[in-house]
Amino acid sequence: MAVAEPRAERGATAAPSPALIEVRGVHKLYTVGSQEVRALDGVDLDIRRGEYVAIMGASGSGKSTLMNLIGCLDTPTRGSYRLDGLAVERLRDEELARVRNRQIGFVFQTFHLLPRTTALANVELPLVYARMPRGERHELARKAIAEVGLSERSHHTPNELSGGQRQRVAIARALVNQPSILLADEPTGNLDSTTSDEIMELFDRLAAAGKTVILVTHEDDIAEHARRVIVMRDGKVISDRQQPGSRAARPTDGGAIEANAEPDPDDEAADAESVVGSGADEAEEVAAVEPAQGDSR
Amino acid sequence: MILLENLIIALSALRANLMRSLLTMLGVIIGVAAVIAVVSIVQGLQNVITQQFQSGGSNTITVVPFVQQGPSLVARQLKLTWEDGQAIRERVRGIEGITPLLVGQATAKYRENQHRPAQIFGVIEDYPEINNHVVERGRFLLRVDLELRRKVAVLGRTVVEQLELGSEAIGAEIYVGNVPVTVIGVMEERGTALGQDSDDLVFLPYDTAEQIFGRLAADRIFLQMKAESAEAVPEVRDGIERVLRERHGLGEDEENDFTIQVQDQLLETITSVIGSVTAVVAAVVGVALIVGGIGIMNIMLVSVTERTREIGLRKSVGATKRDVLLQFLIEAVVLSLVGGIIGTLLGWGIGALAAFLLPGDWPAAYVPWWAVAVAFGFCTLVGVVFGIYPAGKAAALDPIEALRYE
Ligand SMILES: Nc1ncnc2c1ncn2[C@@H]1O[C@H](COP(=O)(O)OP(=O)(O)OP(=O)(O)O)[C@@H](O)[C@H]1O
Ligand SMILES: [Mg+2]
Repeated sequence: MAVAEPRAERGATAAPSPALIEVRGVHKLYTVGSQEVRALDGVDLDIRRGEYVAIMGASGSGKSTLMNLIGCLDTPTRGSYRLDGLAVERLRDEELARVRNRQIGFVFQTFHLLPRTTALANVELPLVYARMPRGERHELARKAIAEVGLSERSHHTPNELSGGQRQRVAIARALVNQPSILLADEPTGNLDSTTSDEIMELFDRLAAAGKTVILVTHEDDIAEHARRVIVMRDGKVISDRQQPGSRAARPTDGGAIEANAEPDPDDEAADAESVVGSGADEAEEVAAVEPAQGDSR
Repeated sequence: MILLENLIIALSALRANLMRSLLTMLGVIIGVAAVIAVVSIVQGLQNVITQQFQSGGSNTITVVPFVQQGPSLVARQLKLTWEDGQAIRERVRGIEGITPLLVGQATAKYRENQHRPAQIFGVIEDYPEINNHVVERGRFLLRVDLELRRKVAVLGRTVVEQLELGSEAIGAEIYVGNVPVTVIGVMEERGTALGQDSDDLVFLPYDTAEQIFGRLAADRIFLQMKAESAEAVPEVRDGIERVLRERHGLGEDEENDFTIQVQDQLLETITSVIGSVTAVVAAVVGVALIVGGIGIMNIMLVSVTERTREIGLRKSVGATKRDVLLQFLIEAVVLSLVGGIIGTLLGWGIGALAAFLLPGDWPAAYVPWWAVAVAFGFCTLVGVVFGIYPAGKAAALDPIEALRYE
């Protein structure tokens, strides 16, 4: 299945840089009237391929600003950002669009689905801009929708879907182009706790399958899913720790299906690297099992 | 591929705001409908006129016993006779053929059938050559018919039908007024134009017509002639003027008591009238299209603002500036072109209806393909010109700001 492919091939530019995401001394300033807001105030951050990261922090601490930067939607006032060895601030509009299209899947708190457009067409959108022929596009979009367990709803428009279903569509859209990075800014912020659990289960599976997942959250139990937790305050990273007791499934225990099982106390060994090595096999399993589960709601 | 995609987006956006889109298109619709309606009527008219004149030939000259006073030909008791015509034939060089046209009215009778032809012409044997109008059956008048003052006639189709002569027309004995004549030929069909049936005619030998209609009619005839070539026309015209002025004994300071009509000039006059009508319409349409274009620009700006977040989203999933620009540009062009299509259909309908309702045999409306092409071309242009600013604005949006737009 598509999501499972870790991008082992890294291109010539990647040689000196082991990290997929390399943020160095990044500042982001906003001037509102006479006041200067330091949304990001010197952030250094490395995230490797296959990591499952949660970013936390108080409101206004700069989480979204950082996410937008990583997602190539925004540019820093100062500092540098390399994505897969590529200096993002030097890219032209078309190259930037291509990176957003191929490398990054973004999930927003407010879903941002196109109104009056079917779930399927929404999911297809990134493929349209990838200039993919119609037939192939339908095929991939259908698969992505099946993956989030929404096959039955693929011809519904957003206003005919529940919040959780909308977020699933948004996730399918983020995944459809097989990006290496999945970014989610408070993906469960507008959802109740049961629906949140279902969405998080999805992220866990993706992370288990080798996708680099970064999500922003306010809630500790959401952050618990991640392997690494970064805490921000006033535009700075104040804490960055690995989380041994992560609820995320370990690919090595074949546990994609058991992703939601009890946290495994012996999980220390599970780090990002081991995820990278995981193959497409598990993902196939995930996809095969998922639809029935997803539509039970 | 992306073009087709954009087309689909544009059409669905148009459908989503159907009423608004229609109102926006109104300017374009009215502009295009106006131009198509007027062009279709004018073109129908011009087609007929041109056809008629071509059948006359561009080197045909007609002398009429009227003079132009102000805008119209006003009849005065002026004199123009076949003797004048014969003098012209002898003294003016460059004339290929000349015929008098003695115009009379009388009832034609055949057995119990009666019919009053629109016109009865007393002519000579040169008539068919000058007017490019020949017989279909039988023969036209010959010199010998004239010399012997034979009581013969050539009929137009309408007359044949009205008198129910059928296939026995040739050789039939009919009455024109009280004079019995033998039918020797039937003219080729010419059809109806501008309410005038060109087949409702009877041709008689000039002398016979003079006998029937009397000297009064013979004193006010028309003279039709054909110059050897179109180039010879001005010279022939001068010659005619000289001969007639002399024969009519006009002094240096006296005006002509006749009018020489050259078909080229008439055609030119009509064409120029049509041209200025077209120019006025074009100006009106230009204004309508500009107003329509501003409407489109306005609604596109609204649309871009309304869809700011959509634009942000599209950019966040990989749309380039160019993609966004194209999307909104195509939407503007589609808006304008759909207006153009509706306008063309509407204008065509109005033209057809007007042609139908106008009194007499007004020529059928005719929409030339170039008018449609020009209309669509202008609509595309309007869409591009007035769409580029809103589309540019959309393309320049910053993805994050657009996504956060409330
Ligand atoms: N476009 C902007 N103009 C001015 N100030 C901004 C802008 N965007 C963000 N900021 C400021 O930057 C700071 C960081 O904002 P950011 O959205 O990154 O916070 P956050 O951590 O995501 O907060 P929350 O948890 O509430 O989403 C805030 O103080 C905010 O007011
Ligand atoms: Mg935020």
